[in-house]
Amino acid sequence: MGAAVLVAAAAWLSLLVGTQPITPADLVAALADPAAGSSAVVLHLRLPRTAAGLLAGAGLGLAGAVAQGLTRNPLAGPEVLGVNGGAAFAAVVAISLVGVGPLGGYVWFCFAGAVLALAAVLAIATTGRGGATPVKIAMAGAAVSALLFSLTSAIVLRNHDLFERFRFWLVGSLTRADLPTVLQATPFLAAGAVLALALARPLDAAALGDDTARSIGARPAVVRGLAVVAIVVLAGTATAVAGPVGFVGLVVPHAARMLTGPAHVRVLPLSALLGALVLLMADVAGRVVLRPEEVQVGVTAAVLGAPVFLYLVRRRRVAWP
Amino acid sequence: MTATLRAGRVSLRVEPASVLLGAAAWAAALAVALYAVTVGDYPMPLSTVLDTLAGDGTLLTYDVVVRNRLPRALVGLLVGASLGMAGMVLQRIARNPLVSPDVIGVGAGASAGAVVMIVVVGAGAPAVAAGALTGAVAAAATVYAIAARGGFRGYQLVLVGIGVTALANAAASFLLTRSDRYAAKQAATWLVGDVAGRSWPDVLTVAAGLAVGAPMVLLLTRHLRLLELGDDIARALDGRIGTARAALVASAVGLTALATAAAGPIGFVALVAPQIVRRVLATQAAGLLPVAGVGALVVAAADLAARRLFSPDELPAGVLTAAVGAPVLLYLLVRVSRRNG
Repeated sequence: MGAAVLVAAAAWLSLLVGTQPITPADLVAALADPAAGSSAVVLHLRLPRTAAGLLAGAGLGLAGAVAQGLTRNPLAGPEVLGVNGGAAFAAVVAISLVGVGPLGGYVWFCFAGAVLALAAVLAIATTGRGGATPVKIAMAGAAVSALLFSLTSAIVLRNHDLFERFRFWLVGSLTRADLPTVLQATPFLAAGAVLALALARPLDAAALGDDTARSIGARPAVVRGLAVVAIVVLAGTATAVAGPVGFVGLVVPHAARMLTGPAHVRVLPLSALLGALVLLMADVAGRVVLRPEEVQVGVTAAVLGAPVFLYLVRRRRVAWP
Repeated sequence: MTATLRAGRVSLRVEPASVLLGAAAWAAALAVALYAVTVGDYPMPLSTVLDTLAGDGTLLTYDVVVRNRLPRALVGLLVGASLGMAGMVLQRIARNPLVSPDVIGVGAGASAGAVVMIVVVGAGAPAVAAGALTGAVAAAATVYAIAARGGFRGYQLVLVGIGVTALANAAASFLLTRSDRYAAKQAATWLVGDVAGRSWPDVLTVAAGLAVGAPMVLLLTRHLRLLELGDDIARALDGRIGTARAALVASAVGLTALATAAAGPIGFVALVAPQIVRRVLATQAAGLLPVAGVGALVVAAADLAARRLFSPDELPAGVLTAAVGAPVLLYLLVRVSRRNG
């Protein structure tokens, strides 16, 4: 409950704060009368931006919680698994080489890129003795991400217009979100969220280990397959909307578990709420810290998230296989 | 088979296989670089290049060869040599083939420092070099401080490096979004690594790093062998091993920083060059000369391929080294974990 109230407050702030401040009265007036001239900022900038932040943040938080449940790895997150990098690379390919238009066209490419990157990371991390340890997953993810980043740069740097269009998106940014994008993204995120929430109990069972899970009637292979689908849809759509934003999906589930304990029935919904909260607040903070200029949400998210990652690395004493 | 050279108090173990590989790698690297000087929008026979270098060129050939293509070729060779050496030192100290300056955040720190100088200060080569050095030292110090608290296990170093790399990259990309179109494009290559458009100040930058770093590493090679035995044995055999290790890490950071200042973070060279040498020589200890030669060859070949494969477009050399190097890292990851169980 408390988290939902906080998200609402963050959304409220996100609507009001910006280079052109808006009073609550303006906001109400704009929403009541969309035709009025003064409502342009609210309707065309703040509202889509806030909605995009809510969607992308919830998607990343959920994807991170599922990823950590799936791999039983405290350092898993969409970005650590290479999913964001894969989705971003595929989006750039789609727009530069194939020439597809807005989100509706390239979101499928994002899914495909996310699947390929995730499959590569998991396959590499699972190979060798010791299985997919946290360190191997993180390193495989870092290597795959580095490769995808440099291939993405290679495409973008060869084309001036593309470079101008992508240099903000590739950092992770909500500024370009418009209403059609948000509307197109919503069904994908809703489907991903439903799938993720349906996996809550199976993920709890999987946490007991494959043998125990099987003995109480769960089917680990099916659960893993569905979890991968959920991660890809959620993180792929979030990347299509906001660019490759890091650390939200990694950090948020930890906060959720600290608040509720390990049961996924509570961790998953709370991760969605906290993800939305963190991304919105990071975006609002980015609008305020260097006024009148804006800091992209991908940057503020990294600045807030990387120290938490470092803290987790130290506290968990992650062991090499 | 080993021979030992002595000059006063300094003695140097020389392994013929290592010297042979070093000579072959350098010869190949120089050949590639020389060929690269002959190709371009204005192709030029080798004889003309050599005449121009000897001082018998026209104004035009002088401009193309000496002003334009030679610094690019030299920066590629020297940067490759620097990165190869830095990678070898770090891998042997950490006793872990996955540890390289890129992986532990030094390269990202250096490029963030360089981007700060380019975008915020709009500075020339010396200031960019200073920025890269500062960024590299700051990243190395951060990684060291955080990882040391956890008992300094090799893999904690790597994970902390991933976090610090993300922070440094965020800082650099942030600056990119705030700069104008032209500066942004220029700075973007600093996130990938490129030797195109390098000029003589860049050559001097990386040469200065090598002039200080290479002799330091050479003098301390003996300690590398000790450090590879593990901390306890090393300390028992030589009480001042801590100082030697600090000096080695400092030279690796310095070599990486000035190479990055000259050409951006050309990825995975520091990781791959020592591995190639280790595999060819079938020994754990990669020698200094071959590692530098293989590093130079890797960068020179990557730059040539980046120019020729996609002509008339050019790619940054760092894209090719990443495309080749990332799979090598992944292969090593699988191999190493298989061996260590």
